[in-house]
Amino acid sequence: MTTLPEQTDKKLGLVIDLDTCVGCHACVISCKGWNTENYGAPLSDQDPYGANPSGTFLNRVHSYEVQPDQGTAQLIHFPKSCLHCEDAPCVTVCPTGASYKRVEDGIVLVNESDCIGCGLCAWACPYGAREMDQEEKVMKKCTLCVDRIYNENLPEIDREPVCVRTCPAGARHFGDLGDPNSAVSQLVKDRGGVDLMPEQGTKPVNKYLPPRPKDALPEIDVLAPYLDPVIGEPKGFLGWLDKALEKI
Amino acid sequence: MHPAPSVIFFSVFSGLGFGLLVWLGLGIPAVTGGSAFAFFAIAYLLAVGGLISSTFHLGHPERALKAFSQWRSSWLSREACCAVAALVLMGLYGLGLVFFDARWTLLGVLGALFSIATVFTTSMIYAQLKTVPRWHMPLTPLNFLSLSFAGGALLAGQVTAAAILILLAGGIQLLTWIMGDKRLAESGTDMASATRLGNIGTVRAFEPPHTGTNYLLREFVHVIGRKHARKLRIIALVLMCLLPVLLLLLPFNHILAVFAVLAHVAGVLTARWLFFAQAEHVVGLYYGKR
Repeated sequence: MTTLPEQTDKKLGLVIDLDTCVGCHACVISCKGWNTENYGAPLSDQDPYGANPSGTFLNRVHSYEVQPDQGTAQLIHFPKSCLHCEDAPCVTVCPTGASYKRVEDGIVLVNESDCIGCGLCAWACPYGAREMDQEEKVMKKCTLCVDRIYNENLPEIDREPVCVRTCPAGARHFGDLGDPNSAVSQLVKDRGGVDLMPEQGTKPVNKYLPPRPKDALPEIDVLAPYLDPVIGEPKGFLGWLDKALEKI
Repeated sequence: MHPAPSVIFFSVFSGLGFGLLVWLGLGIPAVTGGSAFAFFAIAYLLAVGGLISSTFHLGHPERALKAFSQWRSSWLSREACCAVAALVLMGLYGLGLVFFDARWTLLGVLGALFSIATVFTTSMIYAQLKTVPRWHMPLTPLNFLSLSFAGGALLAGQVTAAAILILLAGGIQLLTWIMGDKRLAESGTDMASATRLGNIGTVRAFEPPHTGTNYLLREFVHVIGRKHARKLRIIALVLMCLLPVLLLLLPFNHILAVFAVLAHVAGVLTARWLFFAQAEHVVGLYYGKR
């Protein structure tokens, strides 16, 4: 049924720290690896070694330059995957019931055997979180690694989404955002986590932690200009070279 | 948005077909026997042909039957249900007209209502999408419905009604373009809201996630042809509106009527191409594009 649940028991999702992400794309690669080898249709590539490579990815990292009114520009790496929205527009548009939001944990999934590949859910998603696989002709999206987080065959430390497990910078956090006492909820509270495109009314579960203000250089002492420069006129061989070159 | 030919043909031709079915269902023109067969054949060719062409863009058309199940929430599912209901009802009604010389009025009116509902549900598939601000307005269903009624009237041979409705549809089309041009700016969605980095400074896309293209860019960021949009709008309006009305004002002649229909269809096809090609999906903002 593609109507959305009134509410979900948990709100599992990610918190992404834009201050910490270094833009290494390790989450992109681990996501592609895990989701190609495990649940559902593999994530295909077209012309991977040719002139026009293209493929299905459930997680992509953008990089933005942000120029403040004063001072230097900042470069911010911006990982983006499904935000597992509470009011997921991708679910309600689905004509077949293939797209659904789970009542138990709020994860938005696609039942691939019911997907007719019409693409309307990708149209309805403002975040570009859904991609039609060009080989399997079904819609692919982030599953929040549903086949890892409850998987008792994996060591407990690995029971989190592979992007979170892989991130070498610790920029990605996984947990229950419906529980105000969870570590992720506390993190969102402390750092002022935000929703992407809030005006779209999707109520995303995933939150983004904005970059913290940059350190400013401490003010230089007023007497500093009166100090002797540390490096004076060159002496010795360098002094001779300097004079010789100036004469030429 | 990528202007997929299958979807353009579907929406234009099924719109015309169901538009004609609306008129036939209401008993205008009051045909029976052989001429009723001709009218119904044209309507069904257009409506069913359009529906079949729409399945060409599906990844798995063999599962299309599943699309009838989610009418409670999905406009696409509602469209599928309405289309089949309209075709079955109008089929029975047409059977009466063609073979039994009988006019089952209630059946015809019901069929007409479901035909209107089909065109409306088609338009709502687009109008519901907040992600495409240009489509997300009440003018979108008005645009689709007015074109369908006008095209239907033209095919049904209703000269006066067709002329008036075509002018009305042209006016609505013009308004749709004028209002549509402002929609993205009015939606409040921009790179700042997409990234939420706007409070630091001006956001510019520095590096895309991949050096190559991807599904999202192919499907949602179609910029080819936008530079000719102005000319194409004029061409569309002349073909869909002015030319057919001029031809209808001349003394009636079947050849002129055929030209009026051809011009109208070519115009609507152009307008529908622009409907997709000019539509900006907000996901393009993440790529610094629109």
